[in-house]
Amino acid sequence: MVAKFELTDNSVTVIIGTGAGGGTLANELAQKGVKVVALEAGGRYLPEDYINDEWESFGQLAWLDKRTTSGDWRVARDFSGLPAWIVKAVGGTTTHWAGASLRFQDHEWKALTNYGKVDGANLLDWPIDGAEMAPWYDLAEEKLGVTRTGGREGLPGNNNYKVLEKGALAVGYKEVHTGRMAINSANRDNRLACQQTGFCFQGCKWGAKWSAAYTEIPNGEATGNLEVRERVHVAKILHDDAGKVTGVTYFDADGKEQTQMARIVCVAGNSIESPRLLLNSASEMFPDGLANSSGQVGRNYMRHVTGSVYGVFDKPVKMWRGTTMAGIVQDEARLDPSRGFVGGYELETLSLGLPFMAAFLDPGGWGREFTTALDSYENMAGMWIVGEDMPQETNRVTVNKDQPDQFGLPSPNVNFSDHPNDVAMRNHAYAQGTAIYTAVGATRVFPTPPYPSTHNLGTNRMSEDPAKGVVNKWGQTHDIANLFISDGSQFTTGASENPTLTIVALAIRQADHIASELAAGNI
Amino acid sequence: MTKHENRGLSRRQLLSHSIAAGAAFMVGAGFVAAPDAAWATEVVALQPETMATLVQMARDIYPHDHVPTEFYVIAVKGYDTAETAAEIEAGVAALNGAAQGMGHANYLAMGWERDRVDVLRGMEQSAFFQKIRGGLVTGLYNQKAVWPLFGYEGESFSKGGYIDRGFNDIAWL
Repeated sequence: MVAKFELTDNSVTVIIGTGAGGGTLANELAQKGVKVVALEAGGRYLPEDYINDEWESFGQLAWLDKRTTSGDWRVARDFSGLPAWIVKAVGGTTTHWAGASLRFQDHEWKALTNYGKVDGANLLDWPIDGAEMAPWYDLAEEKLGVTRTGGREGLPGNNNYKVLEKGALAVGYKEVHTGRMAINSANRDNRLACQQTGFCFQGCKWGAKWSAAYTEIPNGEATGNLEVRERVHVAKILHDDAGKVTGVTYFDADGKEQTQMARIVCVAGNSIESPRLLLNSASEMFPDGLANSSGQVGRNYMRHVTGSVYGVFDKPVKMWRGTTMAGIVQDEARLDPSRGFVGGYELETLSLGLPFMAAFLDPGGWGREFTTALDSYENMAGMWIVGEDMPQETNRVTVNKDQPDQFGLPSPNVNFSDHPNDVAMRNHAYAQGTAIYTAVGATRVFPTPPYPSTHNLGTNRMSEDPAKGVVNKWGQTHDIANLFISDGSQFTTGASENPTLTIVALAIRQADHIASELAAGNI
Repeated sequence: MTKHENRGLSRRQLLSHSIAAGAAFMVGAGFVAAPDAAWATEVVALQPETMATLVQMARDIYPHDHVPTEFYVIAVKGYDTAETAAEIEAGVAALNGAAQGMGHANYLAMGWERDRVDVLRGMEQSAFFQKIRGGLVTGLYNQKAVWPLFGYEGESFSKGGYIDRGFNDIAWL
C-alpha cells in the first residue's frame, strides 16, 4: 500500500532526490518504520520504458535544465550548458550508471594524512575510515548483489574486456578482472542475469543492473511508509526562528508551488543540485545559504580525473557488444607518489555507440583525421580512466542570480579547472592505456578528453571540524541538526573508485543513525 | 542499401529536365541530384546551387568515402526552410567568396578536397561553420541507416542481447 501524506504533516522525513543516496535512504528509513516523503524532479521510467538508442535515451533521461560552466576544463568549451551527464528520473543516475562497485582503499579515507599537503589542494581526512565503513559496505554489496563479493561469480568478459585483459597482462599488470559489478551474474532478487546487451548507460532493459528505480523505490513503497512524488522540483528549504528546518517549497508537476512540512530534511539531489538548493535557500538568518557557516557549500567540487583511451586494431573488436564496463585494471589505484602524483586511478572498459563516439571522441573535431577514426569504429576497443582528483576551493558550484531556470530559480554554474596533480595523473593514465593497447597490436590510439561529469562529488563535504566542511560524520549538517546531506556531495575526497557503492553504504548507515536518533527523540 | 531515388522527384522526372552542373551534382530548377540520378532532392527555400554546395561542404567536414552522398543530403536537408534560408545563403556566399579569394569560380568548382578544406579551415570559427558541423554530428551519425556502414549494430535487446550471439567471439587476439 503506497503511502500518501498530508502537506501539513510535520512528522515526516522529506528526502530530496531518489538516486543512489536518496533512493537508498528512502527505502532504508521506510523499512524501519520512518514516514518518508521523497521528492523527485524526474518522472518514473522502468525497464520497459528504457530506449536502447543513445540520443533518444539521452532525451528521455538526462538532466537538461539550464546550467552554465566556467574554468579551463574542456567541457566548458565543448559542452558549455552540460557540465554533467546525469539523470532526472525516479532512481536518479542509478538508471545510467555502469555498475562498477568498488570499496575505497583504507588510505584513501585519510588523504591529507597519507598524501600530505598539496599546494592548491584543499585536502582533508574523512572523519570516518575503512574499519568504520566495512560493515556498511557489506550491506551495500549485498543490496546491490555485487559480483566477486559475497560468493557471487564475476561476469563473463566480452570482446572489449578480452582486448584490455590481454594488453594489461602483456604490460605486466596483475589485478585484471571483469570487475565487481552491481550487475547480476546469475538470476537474483527477482532480476535476470546480464544478457550482454550493451546500453548499460541507457537503463538496463533486463533489470540485471541494480537501479534504485526498480529495487529501493518499490521496496520502500511496499512498506506503506514511503510516498514518492514525481516531477516535483524543490525550490527552497524552509526554517524557523530557532534555525531548525521546517519543510520545503516545491513546484509540482503542474508548476504550482506547494509547501511540505517536515521533521527532517535530507538533501540528495547530487553534487550540483544539492549545494544549489542550500544556496538558493538563503534567508535573513542564513544570508550565505543554509548550513554554510563554513563557507564550504558548493566548494571542493570533484569529478574524478577521467578521460578515455580508444585503440584501433586491424581486425574487428565490436566493443559495443555486452556489458559496457566489462572489466578493470586496478594496479594503478595504489598510492605511489614516485609516479609524479598522489592518489591513484582505475582503468575500466568503456564503449560508446557510433552516435556518441562521433560526439565525444574529439568534440569539435572534423576532417579526415577525425573521420578515419570513425571509419575504424568496428575495430576499436575502449577504456575509461577513473582517478582521484584534488579538491580545490575554487572548483565550485555557485548560483547565477541573473540566469534563472524554468521556475525562475537561480541556475547553477559549475566552475572547474584541473589541478596539476590531476593533469599528471591523466597523462600517466593515457600513456599506460596506450601501452596496453599497443601491446596487443593497436595501429592507432586516441587519448580522448573527459566527457561531461558523471561522478559529481564533494560540494557539501564531510569534516570533523565544522569550519572545514558542511556535514559531520553522519551527513548531518554542522549548522542545522535536522538537515542532512545524503548524496555524493558529502564526499571529503573522491578516492579512485566509482562512487556509487560508497554513496549507498553511507545512506544505509545514515538511515540507521536517523532512525535511532528519531527513536531517542534527539532530532 | 536501397537507393533513395524518389526523394522529391522521380528518376524519370529528373532525367526529363536534368541540367548538368559539373561532376559532383546536377543542379536544376528546384532540385539537386546525383549525376547518375541515384538520389535527388527538391529544394523549397534554398537555391539549388546552395543546397549542392552545402552537401559538398558536409562531405568535406565529415568525409567517409564509403558513405553515399544521399546520407549527407538527409543530414543537411533540414536547413531548406524559410526560417533558415537567409542564414544558409549568406554562409554559402561567404564560402564561395573565400573560394574566389583563392582563385576559383566558387566552392563547388574546387576540384581537390585539400583546397576546399583550406577554405573551411579559414572559416572554422564562424557561426555558420560551427552550425553546420555541429548539426552533422547528429544529422549524419544518428541516421540508423548509416550505422551498418560503420559496422555498428545498434540495439540488441529485441534479439535477446549478445549472450548467445557473439559478445565474446573475438578470435584474432
